[in-house]
Amino acid sequence: MKAKILSILGAAVAMAMAVSASAGTLDDVRKRGHLQCGVNTGLPGFAAPDDKGVWRGFDIDYCRAVAAAVFGDASKLKFTHLTGKTRFTALRSGEVDLLSRNTTWTFSRDVDLQLTFVGVNYYDGQGFMIPKKLGVNSAKKLDGASICIQTGTTTELNLADFFRSNGMKYQPVPIETNAEARTNYLAERCDVYTTDASGLAATRAALDKPDEHMVLPEIVSKEPLGPLVRHGDDQWADIARWTLNAMVAAEEMGITSKNAKAMAKGTKNPEINRLLGKEKLQGREALGLSADWALNVISQVGNYGEVFEANLGPKTALGIPRGNNAQWRNGGLLYAPPFR
Amino acid sequence: MTGPATLQPAFAWSRIWREEKSRGVAIQIMTVLIFFLTVAWLIGNVTANFAALDKTFGFKFLWQLPANYDINQVLIDYNSQNSHLRAALVGLINTFLVAIVGIVLATILGFTVGTLRLSGNWLVARLAYIYIEAIRNVPVLLHILLWHGIIINTLPHPRRAINMGDASFLSNRGLYIPRPLVEDGFGWVVIAFAAALIGAILYHKRARRIQIDTGRHVHSIWIGLAIVAGVTLLAFLAAGSPIGLELPALRGFNFRGGINLLPEFVALTWALSIYTSAFIAENVRGGILAVNKGQTEAAQSLGLRPGKVLSLVVLPQALRVIIPPLTSQYLNLTKNSSLAIAIGYMDLVATLGGITLNQTGREMESMMLVMLVYLIISLLISSFMNWYNNRVRLVER
Repeated sequence: MKAKILSILGAAVAMAMAVSASAGTLDDVRKRGHLQCGVNTGLPGFAAPDDKGVWRGFDIDYCRAVAAAVFGDASKLKFTHLTGKTRFTALRSGEVDLLSRNTTWTFSRDVDLQLTFVGVNYYDGQGFMIPKKLGVNSAKKLDGASICIQTGTTTELNLADFFRSNGMKYQPVPIETNAEARTNYLAERCDVYTTDASGLAATRAALDKPDEHMVLPEIVSKEPLGPLVRHGDDQWADIARWTLNAMVAAEEMGITSKNAKAMAKGTKNPEINRLLGKEKLQGREALGLSADWALNVISQVGNYGEVFEANLGPKTALGIPRGNNAQWRNGGLLYAPPFR
Repeated sequence: MTGPATLQPAFAWSRIWREEKSRGVAIQIMTVLIFFLTVAWLIGNVTANFAALDKTFGFKFLWQLPANYDINQVLIDYNSQNSHLRAALVGLINTFLVAIVGIVLATILGFTVGTLRLSGNWLVARLAYIYIEAIRNVPVLLHILLWHGIIINTLPHPRRAINMGDASFLSNRGLYIPRPLVEDGFGWVVIAFAAALIGAILYHKRARRIQIDTGRHVHSIWIGLAIVAGVTLLAFLAAGSPIGLELPALRGFNFRGGINLLPEFVALTWALSIYTSAFIAENVRGGILAVNKGQTEAAQSLGLRPGKVLSLVVLPQALRVIIPPLTSQYLNLTKNSSLAIAIGYMDLVATLGGITLNQTGREMESMMLVMLVYLIISLLISSFMNWYNNRVRLVER
């Protein structure tokens, strides 16, 4: 009896030790054999299942890129679907290794919530969608409207600020997921649905009659969306950051999923050679990645432009132009630091 | 003790285990030890994880940070610049509103259905049976989603709202009713009402005394009500009708003015009420059946009418059986109100345990507070019901 109790206590103490002592994220991920990626519960173009039930989208492809960098295999990946409210808790508690869920980079999330944003992969802003039949053409005329918002997002706070600064009133209808927002919007429980402009384009594209709805011209906030990791593991943050940079740089340097393998044999451009592993990239070993990590990312997932075109671009149902998300040489904001 | 001295054997640890009394003490000590070790481990684990995440524990965020979000049902003054504490208070009041209205509705429905379930009329009894079985065997979350879906999908848009005498409007944004506005002179009406109420109570007490002394029954309830209503109405007219009505009117997107019962509030309260009423009905049926049939027959043979039999003989005895399980139904309803989050009703869980938690990242503090508040509410309801239970308990002589 006593021995039993002692052994139970011993096990409890051992468990407590195991919880408090955690190794590096990269080691954990490698040991587990797959990357656990936190993504949206369903937002067409960013993270949504296709007709075969396979999850696809812009945010999904970033997860695949990190899996390709870490394992050399973009399919070694599992998803945890998170709402706006559950995402940070899931990341901070270690339930997911990485959050790629159209999340806005803000000061208090970075500093107070102790998250590390590894970059911006989509420059967005908050907009309003409204049925055309209501005859409203400006967000400044929304006084008194019922507005569907996803709780736990920055849009909730921007909305309060926007209406306060314009001296208008509104009735918030708090919603948990994009699907619920759609239901409430279509049932006319709310007059307006507000979220990031990209999310509105995605939601509108998935409506039965998209032409009966319009996105108002005002963009009321800056919403730089990007992937993020926990504070405290710089190696893992660097892997996530430079995977994104590699995708952006690859587009700038003209490396695509089709020509990446041929270019990896060697080109005249030393930066391409360093990126694809032909020449030595100083410090790569410290990151814990193999020499062909970026080659795997680009050949298996694609460069930034390819991923954008496949999921969001003009040829898709969403039809979003590159706009701010074009390369800096083309008048956009995408600018990857050099691989040197 | 003056018995012969016994030889003390050498002390052995195994004796503690062999003797029943000391073994009992030893087991109790060990249980307490294990309990405290578990608690200490939990606290240690939390502390270690907080340290690993470089987080601090504290409640300052509640009053130091502005909430920055708006709430759609606000019963006290609130705007997005108020503190998180204020937002939590708004949520708590919304929780109270659902709980109180829900408990009243569920009790009325439950007592009605429970008595109908025992009706001699076959059809009525069967219908009550079907109501109870159909409702209590479906999860309450589905009830809530169903009623919310019905309200927002079947009721019309505000522009086509159902007009009830130009004063109230029903739409999928909820029910808008006129808001009474207090004007000068209303104080006199309140004073008249209070005076009439005291008069009616005194009259009722006198009627009771006459009945106890002489056995003659004097009607007092209806006369008392007439006194209160009549005097208040007279005072109201004499003071020049000092209540104005603010009528809701369609302006732009929505109705403005009046009182708005949000669809989320209505759906949640109604779903919780009918769900809980099915359980209460069964408690009521059990309580009534627990009263010996001879009691009913004796009362009938004294010439009491069926209503009086129920209210004077059966119910007072049945209540002893009904109240303890009724308490736990009230607790269930209050706790189930936290499902509000599923349809976006801004209760305590949605404000403090939802948006505040999310925007400030204080999961531990917020959840602990939410749990503590629910615990306090439950204990309050329990102690009130225990007090009431003691009052209706049969006094045994």
